[in-house]
Amino acid sequence: MIRHDRRRVLQAGAAIAGTCALGFPTIARGQADKLKIGHLTPLTGFLGALGEYAVLGIRMAEEEINQSGGVMGRPLEVMSEDSINPATAATKAQRMLERDGATVVMGEINSASALTISQVADRNKRLFMSIGARSDALRGKSCNRYMFHVDIPNTVMVNAVGKALLRDNMVKGKKFVTLTADYVFGHDLLRAAKIFFAANDGNLIDDELVATDVTDFSPYLLKIRQAKPDVVCSNLAGNQVTNLIKQYAEYGLPFPIVGFNLNTADAWAAGEGNLSGTWPTVWHHDVDTPGSKTFVAAFIKKYGKPPENHAWIEYVSLKIMAQAMSETKSTDSEALIAYFEKGAQFDILKARKGWFRSWDHQLMQEAYPFTVKPKGQAKNKWDFLALGPAIPGADESLEVLAPTREQNPCTM
Amino acid sequence: MELTFLLEQVVNGLVLGGYYLLIALGLSLIFSVGGIVNMAHGAFYAFGAYVSLEITKYLGFGPAVILSPIAVGALGILFERFLLRRFYTADPILSLLVTFGLAMVAEQLIRILWGAAPLPASMPASLKGPVMIGDFLFSRYRLLLLAVVAVVLAGIWFLLHKTSFGRVVRAGIQRPDMVAALGIRLQPYMTTIVVLGVGMAAMGGALFAPIAVVHPAMGAEIITVAFVVVVIGGLGITIHFLPAAGEASMYVLMILILLFRPRGLLGERIEKFE
Repeated sequence: MIRHDRRRVLQAGAAIAGTCALGFPTIARGQADKLKIGHLTPLTGFLGALGEYAVLGIRMAEEEINQSGGVMGRPLEVMSEDSINPATAATKAQRMLERDGATVVMGEINSASALTISQVADRNKRLFMSIGARSDALRGKSCNRYMFHVDIPNTVMVNAVGKALLRDNMVKGKKFVTLTADYVFGHDLLRAAKIFFAANDGNLIDDELVATDVTDFSPYLLKIRQAKPDVVCSNLAGNQVTNLIKQYAEYGLPFPIVGFNLNTADAWAAGEGNLSGTWPTVWHHDVDTPGSKTFVAAFIKKYGKPPENHAWIEYVSLKIMAQAMSETKSTDSEALIAYFEKGAQFDILKARKGWFRSWDHQLMQEAYPFTVKPKGQAKNKWDFLALGPAIPGADESLEVLAPTREQNPCTM
Repeated sequence: MELTFLLEQVVNGLVLGGYYLLIALGLSLIFSVGGIVNMAHGAFYAFGAYVSLEITKYLGFGPAVILSPIAVGALGILFERFLLRRFYTADPILSLLVTFGLAMVAEQLIRILWGAAPLPASMPASLKGPVMIGDFLFSRYRLLLLAVVAVVLAGIWFLLHKTSFGRVVRAGIQRPDMVAALGIRLQPYMTTIVVLGVGMAAMGGALFAPIAVVHPAMGAEIITVAFVVVVIGGLGITIHFLPAAGEASMYVLMILILLFRPRGLLGERIEKFE
């Protein structure tokens, strides 16, 4: 009986194998000219939730591009993988370029991983589009010719919130306590924050470095209470911010809280009634432009929930890359770099178009501060953030919030 | 002022320690009775949090904290019947590997069922805010948490030390062969212990959901701490004198205890593990 079954299994297996041998070569030939894009993003760990949105966003752009004929007549194939940690990210980037046939590497949220991937890109003289990493250092002392940056750098986030704080008289002569994520991104954000405090007479009285896997903030909250600051300021990242927000509401400390970094997914995870203060963002699903509205509607239709800022940024990044390849009719690194550096304009679904600065490869674009809607006004669990006006204002240069060449020198 | 601050931090650490004990005690019970290193314990903690959020939607926060551990405890029956039971007499490394695998499967299952993005969770507004006792500041919610944990732990202590059920379990921990010789089947006792253990972990998850991120990997996060508490010795007190050193001090303490008192600070001598 058993033998009979096994024989049938073997027969079925042989039949499948036969079909494969006959059928697959034609498919493989049909797909041989696919244009492959290596895509790395954290899918686990304290940034994993953001990475999930990143994948949804880039997938949607991939489908749309392929439906309208691909790039130079070739379909795109985005190969997404979990970057896990900086060392693994570098190994995977090398493998994607060397063995998997990736023309360029895109993605990343973790600044430390973006740094190691950029070194691989530099060695291989291939393009790395760093999509979601925000450290100023990546654009400054660690910059390199093969890396381009889509997300706003830390200095812009600090200035975006800083502008709102200055308007509300919450900086000059005020005492600040900061909580900082203890890795390259947090250190970098703290540096930008210190420059802002120094320039505007803010008084930083204490800073706590917080390991990325810390979930209980109560010891820090008690310490903050002793310090009696005028403003508490978060330089944290990912799940850290959500934990802090929830526990800050739990302890009900009287000091206003603001932050220089928050992703909408982290805010959503905190739940309504826990978040307060002013925070920066690069994009939000309430951005009032026809492009954003179309994108949000299509995203909700496809995935059943609104896009997070990392979904948006991955979506526009792949569109930017596709536009560059189509316009230059090339996947060659040098041709693409030349195209980006000469200031080509890109529709990034905001009121103003974006373009890359040639000296640090940073995409110039608007940013937004946001606050929290009064209780009871949220239409659903994604709707409790109140988006502020785009900054810089329509009459200002996009560069006014960005670090200058002197502040963040880059030599390629 | 400095002394007050220090005391405040110590008491805060004790409250949190009590909470970790809720999770670690189940881990410790399952290990003592069945000899199983249950790496999937964190998964039940995570399930507890997710199930409580589902129940909160319909019945509110209070019932969720009670019903979620019961639901997850029921899952514990299947876990014991179909998985753990096969490994009581096997090499502990096997059960460790199986439960480790199960923890990964459970984490992915949560991703499939609820998505990778963290879920929002809030406590009822009436529980928010601080309580001042003299110059000490406590979170109202954590005081409540401490009370719940105290009641649960007292119940477990009573069950183990003052009932006939507890006598058999304690005898089973020391000499399972003698218990068998007396004609008592340990099997149903083991099922109950596993249900209690994973139920407590689930309650921990339900209680922590309003103050920490509810995400698929939350089980993996807590399991390390729970193991350290078990190693340090039955009674878990995480010391948080200095926030920055808090995390490290826990592991330093564990290393010292492993070196000088491997049984744990308050651990009993268990014959079958000697």
